[in-house]
Amino acid sequence: MSLNPNAKVVLEVKDLKTYFKTDAGIVKAVDGVSFTVREGETIGIVGESGSGKSVTNLSVMRLIPSPPGKIVGGEVLFEGEDILKLTEKEMREIRGNKISMIFQDPMTSLNPFLKISTQMVETIRLHEKHVTKQEALKRSIEMLKLVGIPSAEKRIQSYPHQFSGGMRQRVMIAMALSCNAQVLVADEPTTALDVTIQAQILELIDKLSTKMGTAVILITHDLGVVAGMCDQVCVMYAGRVVEKALTEDLYARPSHPYTEGLIKSVPRMDTTKKGNRLFSIEGQPPNVIDLPPCCPFHPRCIKAMEVCRHAYPPIKDLGNGHEVACWLYADEATKAKALAEANVEEKAT
Amino acid sequence: MSTTKKPLLEVRDLKQHFPITSGSLLQRQVGAIRAVDGISFDVYPGETLGIVGESGCGKSTTVRSISQLYKPTSGSVIFNGIDLVKADQRTMLKARRDIQMIFQDPYASLDPRMTVRSIIAEPLVIYNSRRLLETPLSSLDIERKVEDLMERVGLNKAFKNRYPHEFSGGQRQRIGIARALALNPKIILADEPVSALDVSIQSQILNLLGDLQKEFGLTYIFIAHDLAVIQHISTRVAVMYLGKIVEISEAVQLYDNPLHPYTTALLSAAPIPDPKVERERQRIILTGDVPSPDKERNGCYFYDRCPKRMPWCSCHLPPMLDIDPKHQVACWLYDKEDHSNVTMEEALADAAKPKT
Repeated sequence: MSLNPNAKVVLEVKDLKTYFKTDAGIVKAVDGVSFTVREGETIGIVGESGSGKSVTNLSVMRLIPSPPGKIVGGEVLFEGEDILKLTEKEMREIRGNKISMIFQDPMTSLNPFLKISTQMVETIRLHEKHVTKQEALKRSIEMLKLVGIPSAEKRIQSYPHQFSGGMRQRVMIAMALSCNAQVLVADEPTTALDVTIQAQILELIDKLSTKMGTAVILITHDLGVVAGMCDQVCVMYAGRVVEKALTEDLYARPSHPYTEGLIKSVPRMDTTKKGNRLFSIEGQPPNVIDLPPCCPFHPRCIKAMEVCRHAYPPIKDLGNGHEVACWLYADEATKAKALAEANVEEKAT
Repeated sequence: MSTTKKPLLEVRDLKQHFPITSGSLLQRQVGAIRAVDGISFDVYPGETLGIVGESGCGKSTTVRSISQLYKPTSGSVIFNGIDLVKADQRTMLKARRDIQMIFQDPYASLDPRMTVRSIIAEPLVIYNSRRLLETPLSSLDIERKVEDLMERVGLNKAFKNRYPHEFSGGQRQRIGIARALALNPKIILADEPVSALDVSIQSQILNLLGDLQKEFGLTYIFIAHDLAVIQHISTRVAVMYLGKIVEISEAVQLYDNPLHPYTTALLSAAPIPDPKVERERQRIILTGDVPSPDKERNGCYFYDRCPKRMPWCSCHLPPMLDIDPKHQVACWLYDKEDHSNVTMEEALADAAKPKT
């Protein structure tokens, strides 16, 4: 598994910024996130709760509740077109059709009052008006068979509560892929599921995306899932991408102190010696309300320097698409310049 | 080592069934959810027994039955020589002072209208007013104890008048741990204490639990569904499936040499955070879901999903087989007799025979 630079770029997110207005101040939930997704590729977005991974993808789907939320800057290019500029009606043509989403909780993302068949037929007919109900039902049954629901003809007439968690997630995947989606956004698709069911669902997503050439954006907090599934990984912290690399590179050479700490703090089944203390990142994730211009990780960072407290680190390319936002990799001139600027500003205020 | 020690807690054939009723006025019992269906194990002082399994396998019910939050249907829980199931209320309460719990969800397990001080002090206040403590405590003693506990679990004692909503998930879990430590328990039953936490906070809490164990000589029963966490913290591990223990062993041995097909599948399904290892592994993907635990089965409970099933397993319940003194497994594959050549007819005929 490696990136194919010749594959078609299907989705490009450039400097995306989504802010929420609250009584306490402005929450910069996503603050300048960029990434590229190519055909047939799986990109992982990892981070702790509140790091902005879900908001990033809700912004891509244009599902941010506004107010209080607002996409204040950046571009989301889908097949070369900025979907942030589309009207709601045009967006509806794309959402659920060309860009689909699977949500974390399969218990709440299906309508409990409607049969699975009604919900699946609705999805298909909404996007392809010429399809008759019979055809749509036939296609739904095929999709259910594809995701491995036994006796799909019969089960499609059941209600969501008659399905188990794993099966509901399969229905969600079938629904998301029933319209030949080019991008599948999976927001923590296996967090609510058991380990053995998780393995089934991940294998299914992997198999289907290879078969249909769908690009997958996989949001998760589980570093193990990322290692097995993704070609490329973005690590997010406090609304920003702090490190972006090919999966192998990221695990072999984690360059940002946060990524390094994160990888070291997970107990591993294959190597951990019992009784050793785990490495742990002290402190709590920051409050992102009115964050001053500094590296948001510096209070928890073991390698923090003076400059980290005063300016946001520039993004540095370490080669092979491995990008890291950390002052450790900046040259002295840039650091001195940032420090000088910060001092000027402090004096001014 | 542990074979010569006297167990601190003995669980014998514990069953916890929840009735299913029907009818609105005259409620009739039509069945039972067999959440825990006859499990036995020992817990030795100073060790950590990890319990793993999927949701619905009865892990949480097991610890709740041990702490008598549910009255067990049958079986016995012997703690320090006292059978908690049969003991009278006062004896049970006195014994239970040494058994405390930490819960999974730090958002639901703390009363939002109590301050941190009153949450941590509550067990002390209750046991003090019931005169179940050896030495009665004054309110000043309790205050001092609360402050000590807060410092011990890494909370600033200046925050004692704050309410739970002012704390983050990791800090709330620390409050829950302080509350569990208040009565100086001997054993702590931790029900998924790190599952709701972020990765970086999870390791902080795991380290804290490890430190407390060393400092106070605590014994843990630790529930988790994350196999890597269980391996990190446990000395022994029990794997549960559908209300039964399918395998119990020393942790190292279980992870190096899993015997039960379910354990093998569980271990192979758990993701490892290393792309090199992850891509070369052979996964055993189990088909289907965990069946409903609403009926008693004659055969192996794992029969429907087992990749190595034999006709014999469909109608014979596997007993706990000793592989060695530290490793037991409930699977016919490890029986002295070979059952692999038995046909379905023969197996059924054998099962139909009256037992002698």
